[in-house]
Amino acid sequence: MNPYLPVLIVLVFAIIFGCIMSGLSHFIGPRKRTLSPVKDEPYECGVPMVGERDKMSVKFYLTAILFILFDIETIFLYLWATTFRELGWFGIVEVTIFLVILVAGYVYVVKRGALEWD
Amino acid sequence: MGLDLQQIQAFLDNEFAVQLIATAIKFAVVFAICIQVPPIMIWVERRAPALMQRRKGPNRVGFFKLRLWGLLQSAADAVKLILKEEIVPRGANKIFFQIAPIFGVIPALLIACAIPYGNDFQLFGYNIPLSIVNVDVGFLFILAVSSLGIYGITIAGWASNNKYSLLGSLRASAQMISYEIPLGMSLIPIVLIYGTLDLNQIVIGQSNLWNWGIITSPISFMIFFVCMFAETNRAPFDLAESEAELVAGFHTEYGSAKFALIFLTEYVVMFILSCLASTVFFGGWQIPFVPHDTLMQLIGGLHIPVLPYLLDLVGWGAPFLSLSLQEMGVHSLIASLIGVAVLFIKAGFFMWMYVWVRWTLPRFRYDQLMSLGWKFMLPVGLANIFVTAIIVAILNFK
Repeated sequence: MNPYLPVLIVLVFAIIFGCIMSGLSHFIGPRKRTLSPVKDEPYECGVPMVGERDKMSVKFYLTAILFILFDIETIFLYLWATTFRELGWFGIVEVTIFLVILVAGYVYVVKRGALEWD
Repeated sequence: MGLDLQQIQAFLDNEFAVQLIATAIKFAVVFAICIQVPPIMIWVERRAPALMQRRKGPNRVGFFKLRLWGLLQSAADAVKLILKEEIVPRGANKIFFQIAPIFGVIPALLIACAIPYGNDFQLFGYNIPLSIVNVDVGFLFILAVSSLGIYGITIAGWASNNKYSLLGSLRASAQMISYEIPLGMSLIPIVLIYGTLDLNQIVIGQSNLWNWGIITSPISFMIFFVCMFAETNRAPFDLAESEAELVAGFHTEYGSAKFALIFLTEYVVMFILSCLASTVFFGGWQIPFVPHDTLMQLIGGLHIPVLPYLLDLVGWGAPFLSLSLQEMGVHSLIASLIGVAVLFIKAGFFMWMYVWVRWTLPRFRYDQLMSLGWKFMLPVGLANIFVTAIIVAILNFK
C-alpha cells in the first residue's frame, strides 16, 4: 500500500469531520431572528465599538520574513542530517560553511535591531 | 455458518484490503482518543488549579448520586456549546469565519496519525505498523503539517472583524512561527544520533534507558519542551489569549460548535506534542529496562485455556487444551498494545506538565517571549546541532 494513501484518507475524513462539527450548531442550535442591532456586533465589552481593525505593527511582517529565511535553513539542515552518516566529515565541513554564512546573516539581523520589540 | 472460510482466507490473502481495514481501525481508535482528550483535559484543568488554590472546582454535574468528581461537567459543556445559537459578527468575512476552525482541525488530526503509538505487530502474517500515516519522512511530515495549523488561527482572527481577535491571531501566528525554528532545530540532533527520520526507528533506537533522547541530547529536550508551550500558545506563553488585554484572543468572536472545534484542536495539538516529546525523548512505547523482544517472549509464553471450557460445554471431554499466546499469534499485537499504554502514560505526564506550568508560572511579556525565541533558543539550537554533529562524528567516523 502506498504510504501516502492513509494521508489522503485521513485528510478527507478530517475535512468531513470539521465541516460536520462546524455546521452542527447551524442545524441543531436555535435560530432566532432578533431585531436588536447590537446582537451581531463585534465584541467590545458592551460599549460602542472604538476603532477598527486596520493597523498592525510592521514587526509582525519582519518576523514572518525572518521566519521564512531560518525555516528554510532548518529544512536544509534536515537534508544534511538524514545523509549525515554517508557524507561523513565532508558534510560537516560543508554544513559549517553554510552555518557560518547563516550566522553572519543572523548577527546582522540582530545588530540592525530587527528582533527588537519595544 | 454464514461465513465462508475460503472467502475469509481470500480476503486475508489480499494485503491491500487487510492494510486498508487496519488503517481504518487504527484511525477510528486514534480519532476516538483525540475526541476524548479535550473533555478530560478541561476537567483536569479545572480540578487541578482548584486543588492548588484550595477550592473545590466543578464537582456537581452527574447522574443522581453519581458525581464522578465533576467529570461530566466537560460533557455538559460540550452539549451546551453545540446547542448554542450560531452568531457571525457583523462585517465578518462569512466564508473564512466558517472555515477557519476546519482549517485548524485538519492538520491536528493529520499529525495525530503520524505518531507511532506502538511497535509494528505481526498479524495474519502481515507486518502492521501502529502509526497510521507511516511515511519514511516522519519528522518532516509532522513539522510541515503542524505548521499549517497557523492558517486556521490567522484566518480566524482576520475574518472575525474584531480588533482583539486580529491582535490575538497576529501574536499567536508570530509566536508560533518564531518557535517553529527552534522546534525544528531541537529535533535535528535526534536525527543525527539515531540516524533516521522514521519516528518508530527512533523509538527502537531508545531501547535502553541510557539511549533515551533526554540522556543523549538533553539540550534538545529543553528547547523542545519550551517550544511545546509556545507552539500551543499555553501559559507562560499564552500572550495570544491574555485575557486581561485581548478578551480571548483569536477566538473572541467564536461561539457554539465552532468554539468547541477550536478548543478541541488546541487540546489535540497539546496531546500530540506530548506524544511526540515522549516518543523522541522518553523512549516512546518502550518500557525502561524491558526490551520489546523480552516483553514479546514473556507474553508469548502465557497460556490461556480457551478451548477446554467450550469443549466441556459440548461434552466432548477433550484433554485439557491450552494455547500459548504465541501459538495463537497475537503476542506481538498484545505487546504493541502494552506499548501504547506506556506511551500514553508518558504523554499523560506531559499533559499534566501543561497544567502544572500554567498554574505555576506568570505570563511572559511579548518582547521577552520573542527575544527568548530568537536571541536565545535559536543560537543555542544551532550550537547544539553543531556540537552534537561533531561528537557523533568523532564517535562514529573513523
